[in-house]
Amino acid sequence: MDVMPKWAEVVLVPLISLILAAIISALVILAIGEDPVAAVNLMVTGALGSTYGWGYTLYYATNFLFTGLAVSVAFHAGLFNIGGEGQAMLGGLGVALACLLIPWPHWTLALLGASLAAALFGAAWAAIPAFLQAKRGSHIVITTIMFNFIGAAVLNYVLVNIMRPAGSMDPATARFPEAVHLPTLHDMLGVVGIPFSRAAPANVTFVIAIIACFLVWLLLWRTWLGYEIRSYGKSEPAAKYAGISPVAITMIAMLISGALAGLMAINNVMGEAERLVLNAVEGAGFIGIAVALMGRSHPFGVFLAALLFGFLYQGGAELALWTSIPRELIVVIQALVILFTGALDNMVRMPLEKLFLMLRRKEA
Amino acid sequence: MDFLTLIQLLDSTVRLATPLLLACLAGLFSERAGIFDIGLEGKMLAAAFFSAAVAAVTGSVWLGLAAGIASSIALSLLHGVASITFRGNQLISGVAINFLAAGLTVLIAQDWFQQGGRTPSLMGGGRFEPITLPFAEALAEVPYLGPVYAELISGHSFLVYLAFAAVPLTWWVLFRTRFGLRLRAVGENPAAVDTAGVSVVGLRYAAVIICGVLCGIAGAYLSTALQAGFVKDMSAGRGFIALAALIFAKWRPWYALWATLLFGLFGALETRPDVIQAVIGMKVQGQLLGALPYIMTVIILAGFVGKAVPPRAGGQPYVKER
Repeated sequence: MDVMPKWAEVVLVPLISLILAAIISALVILAIGEDPVAAVNLMVTGALGSTYGWGYTLYYATNFLFTGLAVSVAFHAGLFNIGGEGQAMLGGLGVALACLLIPWPHWTLALLGASLAAALFGAAWAAIPAFLQAKRGSHIVITTIMFNFIGAAVLNYVLVNIMRPAGSMDPATARFPEAVHLPTLHDMLGVVGIPFSRAAPANVTFVIAIIACFLVWLLLWRTWLGYEIRSYGKSEPAAKYAGISPVAITMIAMLISGALAGLMAINNVMGEAERLVLNAVEGAGFIGIAVALMGRSHPFGVFLAALLFGFLYQGGAELALWTSIPRELIVVIQALVILFTGALDNMVRMPLEKLFLMLRRKEA
Repeated sequence: MDFLTLIQLLDSTVRLATPLLLACLAGLFSERAGIFDIGLEGKMLAAAFFSAAVAAVTGSVWLGLAAGIASSIALSLLHGVASITFRGNQLISGVAINFLAAGLTVLIAQDWFQQGGRTPSLMGGGRFEPITLPFAEALAEVPYLGPVYAELISGHSFLVYLAFAAVPLTWWVLFRTRFGLRLRAVGENPAAVDTAGVSVVGLRYAAVIICGVLCGIAGAYLSTALQAGFVKDMSAGRGFIALAALIFAKWRPWYALWATLLFGLFGALETRPDVIQAVIGMKVQGQLLGALPYIMTVIILAGFVGKAVPPRAGGQPYVKER
């Protein structure tokens, strides 16, 4: 029997970790001579005070939903996929190829085709590390880190030497044709008469990300495959004894993880930039780690954590605009969230477990 | 390619290999003791900033070096608390440290110097100056050996010589002292070390602190010797290349020297495409050279060219039986 009741495990531990991260972040803001309360106010009005702010918050959240889900699926199989960044980069390449090479008649078809390409390219980039882990026992964390760098080099090469339009100095592809333009929230909400900022990049991909959340939940908790992934992650010997193939589960979990990370590209490449640029991912692959840890690898938790990080990103951009606090404050907050909800988890858990044990003894 | 170009190329190889070598040896100590460290990058970055910042304010590069080492040790201790004391996930802790350093260095740099996340340029006593070894000028005229001594061996900063001296020293400590034997044992089988009555926790903390010191020197080298001042994200993935070199070297000090020199050579070649073209007669993409250390590491990890076996207890927290 578990020492702690379920609600403490699911809500209390992450909440305390988050509060600790918030307190230290506030101390950091104080230390650089700014007012944390004013900073939070500015972030809230900047990120949530207008439909423009919401548009950016949801746009960032969409990115983090995909990468957070990617990390979560791998976590459930006991694998740490640190390569979301590279997989999302390659997903972008897939999207760019699909959008530029095929003359799509309508954006719905283009979205379908681009999603497929993004998922395929992302999965392909996860396939080699997955294979090496499954068959050769090479540590997946190291190989996925290496593949992030290799992916960046590949993208750099492709953009500079192959896909750059003639005469352009900018290492980026040509603009995608008008037909693959995805409807933004402005377009979608305008249909039902809700006014929404025209400038903000949030688009239909946000809806797809929410569907992905639901599908991942379905996969993990309502299918045989999900059951096998989770049991393999809990105990490899037990899973083996139950006839689950470690090679197959490692491969499948990593391919799904890579595909999810790759799918992020339909948001940032197809939905926002409408062309592939260098560094299109902007660290979202790594934020996926923080999002998955904070969301306890559950799709609903990932949804909440992605919204929070979307808020932090948009709020942080506003802070950098109006105060002398640089944007890197968000990187610090991200680090603290990873530290407290991930690495220092036991620091919160151990005293809480002791407390609950004491309470239970008193009852008995 | 003429002889002088070769000497220049090897000279910049040495310069570029030095931070990799120091960080690689840092990782060697940590991972041999069973603590995975993907936070080498973050520690180097923090040390690069604090050494440049303190050197800029005080004008003394030695105080800068001390501050760099101190900041790197502080992050090492954080890693130790998370992964040794609280038995957290060492990889996640490493990721957190990398981000913490990436964010905090810019934040503090902006607060202290208001120059967009960089430190003022270092001058005079704020930098490690090249050291001219004795007789370098006199011997420079001797054919072949003269330029090798005067250009390649002489004329580096103190930290370069320190890094190269650290290789035999690391080998001696790890393989010829009692401390080294215990350190390696704690990375292979901590329970055996515990049974022998030696503190597993103490040894592992010692290892991460040594790792912090070496990373600190590597970072200080970046901002006070290789360049004159700190700029945002100046470690530029070197911590990860060092990690790759560590695997390439199969966790052994002498191999670490060759691996980092090889990766340093790739870095030097990246800036001299003309030399590659002259030697092998075809153009090689700069991106390929940049990615080569990572590609080679994946191949080594895959076990196609001699298997790299990490320390057996690496990454696992040690739980004493109760």
